[in-house]
Amino acid sequence: MRLLLAAAFLLSGCGDVWNDPYSAADRGRGILYTSFVDRPKHLDPASTITEDESKFTRQVYEPPVQYHYLKRPYELVPLVATEVPSAKEAPDGTVSYEVRLRPGVRFQPHPAFHAPNRQLAPEAIARLRTPYDLPTHADRELVADDYIYQIKRLAHPRLNSPVFGLMAENIVGMKGLGERLKAAAKSPGWIDLRQHELAGVERIDAHAFRIRLKERYPQFLYWLAMPYFAPMPWEAEAFFSQPGMAAKNFNLDWWPVGTGPYMLVENDPNAVMVLKRNPNFRGEPYPSEGAPGDREEGLLVDAGKPMPFVDEVRFVREREAIPFWNKFLQGYYDQSGIPADSFDNAVRVSVEGDTNLTAEMEAKGIRLRTSVAASVFYLGFNMEDPVIGMPKVGGEAAERSRKLRQAISVAVDWEEYISIFLSGRGIAAQGPIPPGIFGWEEGPASVNPVTHEWRDGRPVRRPIEHARKLLAEAGYPDGRDAKTGAPLVLYLDTVARGPGDKPRFDWWRKQFSRLSIQLEIRDTDWNRLQDKIRKGSQQLYILGWNGDYPDPENFLFLLHGAQARMKGDGVNSSNYASPAYDALFPRMKDLPNGPERAEAIRRMVQVARQDAPWAFGFYPKDYGLSHGWLSNGKPNDMAGNTVKYLRVDAAKRAALRREWNQPVLWPALVLLGAVLASAIPAIVGYRRRERRAARAGA
Amino acid sequence: MFAYVLRRVLYAIPVLVGVNLVTFALFFFVNTPDDMARMHLGAKRVTPEAIEKWKLERGYDKPMLWNERAEGIDKATDTVFWRKSARLFVLDFGAAEDRRDIGAEIRARMGPSLALALPIFLVGLLVNVTFALGMAFFRASTLDFWGVVACVAMMSISTLFYIIGGQYVASKLWHLVPISGYGEGLSAIRFLVLPVLIGVVSGIGSGSRWYRTLFLEEMSRDYVRTARAKGLAERTVLFRHVLKNAMIPILTGAVAVIPLLFMGSLLTESFFGIPGLGSYTIEAIQSQDFAVVRAMVFIGSGLYIVGLLLTDLSYTLVDPRIRFQ
Repeated sequence: MRLLLAAAFLLSGCGDVWNDPYSAADRGRGILYTSFVDRPKHLDPASTITEDESKFTRQVYEPPVQYHYLKRPYELVPLVATEVPSAKEAPDGTVSYEVRLRPGVRFQPHPAFHAPNRQLAPEAIARLRTPYDLPTHADRELVADDYIYQIKRLAHPRLNSPVFGLMAENIVGMKGLGERLKAAAKSPGWIDLRQHELAGVERIDAHAFRIRLKERYPQFLYWLAMPYFAPMPWEAEAFFSQPGMAAKNFNLDWWPVGTGPYMLVENDPNAVMVLKRNPNFRGEPYPSEGAPGDREEGLLVDAGKPMPFVDEVRFVREREAIPFWNKFLQGYYDQSGIPADSFDNAVRVSVEGDTNLTAEMEAKGIRLRTSVAASVFYLGFNMEDPVIGMPKVGGEAAERSRKLRQAISVAVDWEEYISIFLSGRGIAAQGPIPPGIFGWEEGPASVNPVTHEWRDGRPVRRPIEHARKLLAEAGYPDGRDAKTGAPLVLYLDTVARGPGDKPRFDWWRKQFSRLSIQLEIRDTDWNRLQDKIRKGSQQLYILGWNGDYPDPENFLFLLHGAQARMKGDGVNSSNYASPAYDALFPRMKDLPNGPERAEAIRRMVQVARQDAPWAFGFYPKDYGLSHGWLSNGKPNDMAGNTVKYLRVDAAKRAALRREWNQPVLWPALVLLGAVLASAIPAIVGYRRRERRAARAGA
Repeated sequence: MFAYVLRRVLYAIPVLVGVNLVTFALFFFVNTPDDMARMHLGAKRVTPEAIEKWKLERGYDKPMLWNERAEGIDKATDTVFWRKSARLFVLDFGAAEDRRDIGAEIRARMGPSLALALPIFLVGLLVNVTFALGMAFFRASTLDFWGVVACVAMMSISTLFYIIGGQYVASKLWHLVPISGYGEGLSAIRFLVLPVLIGVVSGIGSGSRWYRTLFLEEMSRDYVRTARAKGLAERTVLFRHVLKNAMIPILTGAVAVIPLLFMGSLLTESFFGIPGLGSYTIEAIQSQDFAVVRAMVFIGSGLYIVGLLLTDLSYTLVDPRIRFQ
């Protein structure tokens, strides 16, 4: 009992709520509580690549432009730039973008801006816990040179930027700079990039610069919305390059320096990472316009008010879904996705396919927001394969294999897959372009006539008999070669994650068995699958693509002949090469969004549907939950800098947390009593035995 | 004794070299540096140049075991084996995939791991011995029977069930402790109460059964019969004689485990959000951070050898009949 009282005393230190994982001092403060699963590896804007990293980098770094938070389809709007730059084509074919910056934008306070801090003794560095322990912080105004410095960093050999290859193909002089820097990097120490020229990036004045591209590349604008093109002060690089900094993990990968609404002040990727409001942030206004329905949803209540609304963001490490989900339900996280295991507890899907929250969620005031991700998943056919592919010999053989691919495309019931394995979280794909991206069509025009037909106002998959007919026309009636009588055996290469994949594999076999085709599944790991695809030794494979930016080019290039994986490490894993499709691609790529581009896309999609290099799978649907005290939340697949828009009603949250988490002590006491009571028979038995022994000895 | 310890330490070196060679072969021949590069660079824009740059940056571009192009001693030292595996012997673990120093990370994570593992070990030992003594005292009675049944039932349940069930009941239903998380200093206690309790309870089944067997074996020995014949009370026989002698295998078994407590608990740390070495290891395995996995395998084998050495030493301390040879 003493132990229990001591524990109760200890827990009472947490206030009237015992299970609160946060400090009692933080209650009622405007903090946003969220989580992260995997440790971010690179917070350097030149090296960042994953979603786990952009959660942090996008709140700190500001590229010239950003995506409108509310409008759909996605639209670029200025962020630090005064306007979205437009392309100017020169007579020599080069294209330039002039970026003019808002004056008066300031970097966050940071020790790097105080000159003496860039000449620290290693012993002084060794004593620091974080760079912010240094007593003097300073800041300065953002200038065009900071953007130019960062663009040069993309060519830095030590940073291994994932976009260097792409940028070297497009920005004038980038490749040469990369080679010069490679030579310079042979000697240790900081490379001051101010001393290295980049012909394609030119300073116009203190607040403007120009980027020159080798040729037309309209999609380049989208790259200007990514952290790769965020400003980097040279002082930060000089500061972190001092001897002794690396040994303390003080570098730009861990301590970003930006102009954004937040600054990273605590970085313990094992437990918690904290963003605090940047006191120098200029106060960007909340958007005044949105998509239809946004006003009714209350998403424009804060229109025109200066952001950010939240003072601090605490990212807590949660590796397991169950504890995270339970903490969300207790109110200790403000927003959450829905773990697959808890989907039925959170959402009910009606017969019509409508999704609503369960009564338990509604009673807690939790809100559900869904959105279709800018992603596509598919079953790919290797077009270089002699059975399933597109043989160059004669039209008849090509037609046969095309019908075989079409038959499989009809037979694979993606609607069922979505229902069984995704709990309904997806839409069966009709082509390579997902909803919300220019070129995606609604209504009957959206339907892939090879696999679906428009019936009763919705696309309906064609019956299996249609697939069997196509299979027979392909020369495989009842799944056997019409000439030899040999059964048709196909091979699917896919990544296996463990025994849990068995139902999925069974499902795949079932789809093919409906056509009497034998499917052999060759489960492998990610590297082996990539290796096979590179060599073209796969027959069927399953892959997906998450869009980099909301342009149809970023999806249609997955089937562009020039991108064939076997020929040069492109992204076209099916090695599909259609003269008609490839002829339309450059035009589609260069045209602005409009009827002409829409028509080119429509024709390309039609070609792809008929040739069926993929059995178009599904576009995943994201389900997001947020508590009633969190406002302005709207899913946005493209903009990562969404924290600044969110508002938290901290008083309401504190009250509800208290109401939901009152300690229930009596069952614990009963349990303890039961454990103690279970010792009674032992005590009684012991005494009886002792007494009996005494009598026997007497 | 010193000569014995020295000899055992020298014996450990070839074992560690063997472990090192096997892990090197597994990590660099079965899974080549090119594979590692592709895994870490992701699915997009993985060009051969990017792979080469990735390898160059991490020193994986060198020959594996022998560098023909180098001169003199560099032929052996300017290789992946020397730089990535042999350096582990001087506890130079290098940097993780996220460029963080692995040694610093291990030092930081050892504390939380010990804060969890040590109480589980000590309280667990006490509870298991007590429970086993009770069953031995009431041997062949109804109490003993149900005690054994309870032990078998408890050891049949997966640890994961204890963790999820414990979190559900104590944190979700009764709101008594945080579900997961960790704090600095004394504030860590409220996060540790539940995982320690679960760790102890989940270990009762197997631990108590094992100790009960040891106690019963001791109780069938001649000296116990003699003690009883002398008229000693059962309590005295049990606590003064049986317990003392049965503690020899119990203590030596426990001593072997002590060094491994530093390695932490994979599942418990992961589910309770405790930033220890167990979660570090499992995380490295999942993210294929081979530098960390190699370091942890090496440390694990080293600690295991230390554990075995301590076991041998503890034998001599608790059993005067055993001598160093």
